[in-house]
Amino acid sequence: MPAVSKGDGMRGLAVFISDIRNCKSKEAEIKRINKELANIRSKFKGDKALDGYSKKKYVCKLLFIFLLGHDIDFGHMEAVNLLSSNKYTEKQIGYLFISVLVNSNSELIRLINNGIKNDLASRNPTFMCLALHCIANVGSREMAEAFAGEIPRILVAGDTMDSVKQSAALCLLRLHKASPDVVLMGEWTSRVVHLLNDQHMGVVTAAISLITCLSQKNPDEFKSCVPLAVSRLSRIVSSASTDLQDYTYYFVPAPWLSCKLLRLLQCYPPPEDGAVKGRLVECLETILNKAQEPPKSKKVQHSNAKNAILFEAISLIIHYDSEPNLLVRACNQLGQFLQHRETNLRYLALESMCTLASSEFSHEAVKTHIETVINALKTERDVSVRQRAADLLYAMCDRSNAKQIVAEMLSYLETADYSIREEMVLKVAILAEKYAVDYSWYVDTILNLIRIAGDYVSEEVWYRVIQIVINRDDVQGYAAKTVFEALQAPACHENMVKVGGYILGEFGNLIAGDPRSSPLVQFNLLHSKFHLCSVPSRALLLSAYIKFINLFPETKPTIQEVLRSDSQIRNSDVELQQRAVEYLKLSSIASTDVLATVLEEMPPFPERESSILAKLKKKKGPGAVSVSDLEEAKGEGGALNGSGDRGADAAATSNSATLSPSADLLGLRSAAPVAPGTGSLLVDVFPEAGPASAPAVSEDGFLRHLDLPPESSDSLLVEAPGESDFEDPALPLPESDDLLYKFVCKNNGVLFENQLLQIGTKSEYRQNLGRMYLFFGNKTSVQFSNFTTSITCPGDLQTQLNMQTKPVEPLVDGGAQVQQVLNIECLSDFSDAPLLNIMFSRYGGAQQNLTLKLPVTINKFFQPTEMSSQDFFQRWKQLSLPQQEAQKIFKANHSMDTDVIKTKLLGLGPALLEDVDPNPENFVCAGVIQTKGQQIGCLLRLEPNAQAQMFRLTLRSSKDTVSVHLCHLLAEQF
Amino acid sequence: MIGGLFIYNHKGEVLISRVYRDDIGRNAVDAFRVNVIHARQQVRSPVTNIARTSFFHVKRSNIWLAAVTKQNVNAAMVFEFLYKMCDVMTAYFGKISEENIKNNFVLIYELLDEILDFGYPQNSETGALKTFITQQGIKSQPQTKEEQSQITSQVTGQIGWRREGIKYRRNELFLDVLESVNLLMSPQGQVLSAHVSGRVVMKSYLSGMPECKFGMNDKIVIDKQGKGGATDDSGKSSGKQSIAIDDCTFHQCVRLSKFDSERSISFIPPDGEYELMRYRTTKDIILPFRVIPLVREVGRTKLEVKVVIKSNFKPSLLAQKIEVRIPTPLNTSGVQVICMKGKAKYKASENAIVWKIKRMAGMKESQISAEIELLPTNDKKKWARPPISMNFEVPFAPSGLKVRYLKVFEPKLNYSDHDVIKWVRYIGRSGIYETRC
Repeated sequence: MPAVSKGDGMRGLAVFISDIRNCKSKEAEIKRINKELANIRSKFKGDKALDGYSKKKYVCKLLFIFLLGHDIDFGHMEAVNLLSSNKYTEKQIGYLFISVLVNSNSELIRLINNGIKNDLASRNPTFMCLALHCIANVGSREMAEAFAGEIPRILVAGDTMDSVKQSAALCLLRLHKASPDVVLMGEWTSRVVHLLNDQHMGVVTAAISLITCLSQKNPDEFKSCVPLAVSRLSRIVSSASTDLQDYTYYFVPAPWLSCKLLRLLQCYPPPEDGAVKGRLVECLETILNKAQEPPKSKKVQHSNAKNAILFEAISLIIHYDSEPNLLVRACNQLGQFLQHRETNLRYLALESMCTLASSEFSHEAVKTHIETVINALKTERDVSVRQRAADLLYAMCDRSNAKQIVAEMLSYLETADYSIREEMVLKVAILAEKYAVDYSWYVDTILNLIRIAGDYVSEEVWYRVIQIVINRDDVQGYAAKTVFEALQAPACHENMVKVGGYILGEFGNLIAGDPRSSPLVQFNLLHSKFHLCSVPSRALLLSAYIKFINLFPETKPTIQEVLRSDSQIRNSDVELQQRAVEYLKLSSIASTDVLATVLEEMPPFPERESSILAKLKKKKGPGAVSVSDLEEAKGEGGALNGSGDRGADAAATSNSATLSPSADLLGLRSAAPVAPGTGSLLVDVFPEAGPASAPAVSEDGFLRHLDLPPESSDSLLVEAPGESDFEDPALPLPESDDLLYKFVCKNNGVLFENQLLQIGTKSEYRQNLGRMYLFFGNKTSVQFSNFTTSITCPGDLQTQLNMQTKPVEPLVDGGAQVQQVLNIECLSDFSDAPLLNIMFSRYGGAQQNLTLKLPVTINKFFQPTEMSSQDFFQRWKQLSLPQQEAQKIFKANHSMDTDVIKTKLLGLGPALLEDVDPNPENFVCAGVIQTKGQQIGCLLRLEPNAQAQMFRLTLRSSKDTVSVHLCHLLAEQF
Repeated sequence: MIGGLFIYNHKGEVLISRVYRDDIGRNAVDAFRVNVIHARQQVRSPVTNIARTSFFHVKRSNIWLAAVTKQNVNAAMVFEFLYKMCDVMTAYFGKISEENIKNNFVLIYELLDEILDFGYPQNSETGALKTFITQQGIKSQPQTKEEQSQITSQVTGQIGWRREGIKYRRNELFLDVLESVNLLMSPQGQVLSAHVSGRVVMKSYLSGMPECKFGMNDKIVIDKQGKGGATDDSGKSSGKQSIAIDDCTFHQCVRLSKFDSERSISFIPPDGEYELMRYRTTKDIILPFRVIPLVREVGRTKLEVKVVIKSNFKPSLLAQKIEVRIPTPLNTSGVQVICMKGKAKYKASENAIVWKIKRMAGMKESQISAEIELLPTNDKKKWARPPISMNFEVPFAPSGLKVRYLKVFEPKLNYSDHDVIKWVRYIGRSGIYETRC
């Protein structure tokens, strides 16, 4: 705006503005403006011609009204008329109005262009500058078309004033950016490049902006600018601070020009001409040297200007990436900045280091600053700087420091800003995967990640864990164990539940041997999280349950109960309902074989690009580490997921039809879930009678996933527990007692498992008779020969128990399974367990011999008896002899959950009597043990004390030995 | 419930700030200023939601009253309260202006304490309030304990709006029926929408605790009486039309149960001025004026406008304060007006021609013609032709409402219905009375 000077002041305008400012309300302002507009309209309409001054005044008022936010739809013509005025102020207002108000498609544009042309043709530098500014401000395509030919001529003409040249260069730059196809340099190119040699620094500065922009588009045409730029740069750098007079800024010679020159050079590869290159390296060294010099001024402008040049120089060094010496020096310089007081400097240093870290020459140098960077991550107050620090850590990570960096990032994640958490999570996940040497560390890291920042863990991350766990057999057991432990935390993130559900569903059997993570415990643990989860997670959990039924037949009733409950089978969510109904039917209709086929372990995932990496790429904001270098490193990362060789697992093919491996893991987000249980699958399996559809795997029931890589089995064999008991076949395994207790309250499950052999059992009892199925599974890929089993009843047991069996086939193929049926008759009450002795030899291995206790206990022959409270206490009193009662007070080993206890008591055999004991916390059971000779009535009372975590168990039966034995057996169960 | 109440001047400075609930923070004051008073666009909605806080505002001249709440309150209740609040303030110190508010800080805070308790509106009856909140300057006689307890029992009692022992030499009663008629008419003279919103305002100077009964030509009552063959005490309603009232609200003194069962309006009136009822009708409205516009565009630079108004009521009645507002295009550069009656003027600041007539009898006609010169613009968009609006005041009720009776019974004191001097007045005003052109 022109200053309202005395001679040229526009009093009317000043009055109007002050009127508006004094308006008390918006309404008053609008009224005043309406009045003024009407006035101006009548003035413009008036018959007598307005003089230049009034025109200028009214156009100014219109401009002011427009800037206040009101629409102006007249007065353009008057403004255009002002262009032809000879007075500077009038011309200036005219141009101002046009650059603010005229839109490019206005019909007045022809008139305006005419005015501009006249001004450009005039020899008056002020008018030329005004016209050029207007062209640049409007910057429309029409402007470009009209003047693209004119302006370069002005720019390179010898007789043009310096100030006009500057304006012309910048105006051309603007037009080039607006419509690059119209502005063609062609014949002007070399003359424009030679502007770099211009005497006037201002012209050089303006020209270099133009040249940089143009050379980014077609670098070849402007190649000749490199030597010129280098020589110009060296002249500036080597000049004393006073040489450039007007262009010295706080003792720094021409900082803007230097920065622009360095930036221009970044458009080109290092110069080939040795002399030029030498000169450039010299310049860069000088700049680096200058950074070490003590500052010439304490003023912040001085250091800012100096640092600006330095950072541009470092960018150039990084861009060239060919001078190890300079790279290391740059890195050291940045290292100094890392601890600088100035936040901006720290930010810039971290940012530049990020790019430095990707260069092979300086990667090591960058790594030396790891402590400082970690420190920055922890202590920095500014979030954007912390973000850069995290980026840098990510960039400098390699095999040697991965563990440290991942640990640091994880610990930082707990306090990290919400905005960057998701990115951090992705980075941790990628680093953990990329540099994982041992997979238990990987699993730990990711689970930790989910625990700390579950909300920010995207689907891709947990998909990836599962892909890796499934593809790597060596971590599966560890993963199951870790997940199980993690799930025990009272509050788990939903993602953790998902991972847990998936892994336990697949590999829960690997930890089922431990009584603390027995199938039922696993199931209950998962189910306790069920209600807190969203629908997709619930669907996943349901799939996990059905897999449990396959893995652990003993959990079948419990799980069926859950599936049958109204909250599942009548769930309002159609997906959940469908799954519940289908799984329930599947589990009740299908035979074990079919079940095993349908619910087979997931086949390994095909190797492909990590989905996390893709996600990170999508998320990338400006300034983050480039991903391309990561992808190069991906080669090594890829090796880790691919190597999971599944051996002769032909089963994979049978499943691949339904469990499409290319779908995202579970395909949870797709409309039709790929997890077993969808309609198509059922159609597939049932009519064809399981075995036909999957011949290779039809036999092995729940003893799947037993294959072992052949090359490793030899070494494992040496440690096989069976071997220690080699010489004494009659001595049972030390842990077989524990195994025995495991089966007191259940009839089915895995009796024994080592690297070679898995023994499953399934039994049913009626009155004093029982039948037990034993399944012997060969976990190796080689054949077992001389496979024999024998049952012995030690001591008194021979008279108490009658056992009959047929011999099994002596040859067991690799991966195959044999079955043996035992018929049991209980003659009288007993307290010992029969022994099972297995002998076999493997090709190339020693003779194997092991002995187990068979899970046949007296309580298996319980017949439940229902009775009323009155009856119960009457009988309880009848059995009041001291030897008839056995009592034990013991500490609880397992959860004191009522439901768990109930299930166990039901599994034990007697009837669980509700509403008998006056204390509802207590459990009361009654039953009759059936033997061939006699029937033994038995009453049980279990009193839990939740506070003390203690139980009191009282048993009364008509036979004293039974009381004692049952009491002993039961005490181990709770 | 109302969380707080703020009063701002036109600049957005806070004059009164009263916060009733903790959920309203200090920043709410600024939020309203920034988002409503100083908003870039004019905020037209009276309810504004900013950061889960609702602001209900009314504007009185340059003063903004804003009620703030975080809860889901009944907006109608809040506005009713705000209007009541304005009435109370007007009753205490006259016009609501920055000056007056600044001069009555203490009084306003005192009032706010009384009429709003923890955000719940309390008794806002001016008459009752004036008994215990006395105006600044006027020194009240030191009240005796007796008087104070009397006030307490009255204010908290069943009839909180009237105190006992009022005595007048002359028992007088003024009844005003005030209506505003709203209309939107098409250029061809077709009624697009029309309704009347009316109020019955009473000023009573009656002794003792009189029981009043108010009767009007409500269609339901008349029909019922016609059927039942009940006697008609005035005897003149037989030929008169009855009106259908769409909805109505009453002053708290009216016994609603009696209205619900018998549709009779009976009450013990407060002393002094109050609004007895409010109502709205949409059927059979007498439109006092008809506007016939004629707009002709002559080329791009000229517009000819001719407007005729016709009065449509008894010739013996006189309409007053008639004002016709004819909008002009935004690129008007000059206007010539010719009118037979009244005065007409082009008001550039409002972009309209304003034609004023002081008085006009019924069944008359008047005309204005104007030539509008336009400045050619490069803007292609056409003039939107806003409707011609009108203001007036007529001495009858456009809804057709008639007061049939207002009976006063005071069994304890010695005056009967006939001794009370009653005045009835009808005033019909224009609301938004527009005709498209």
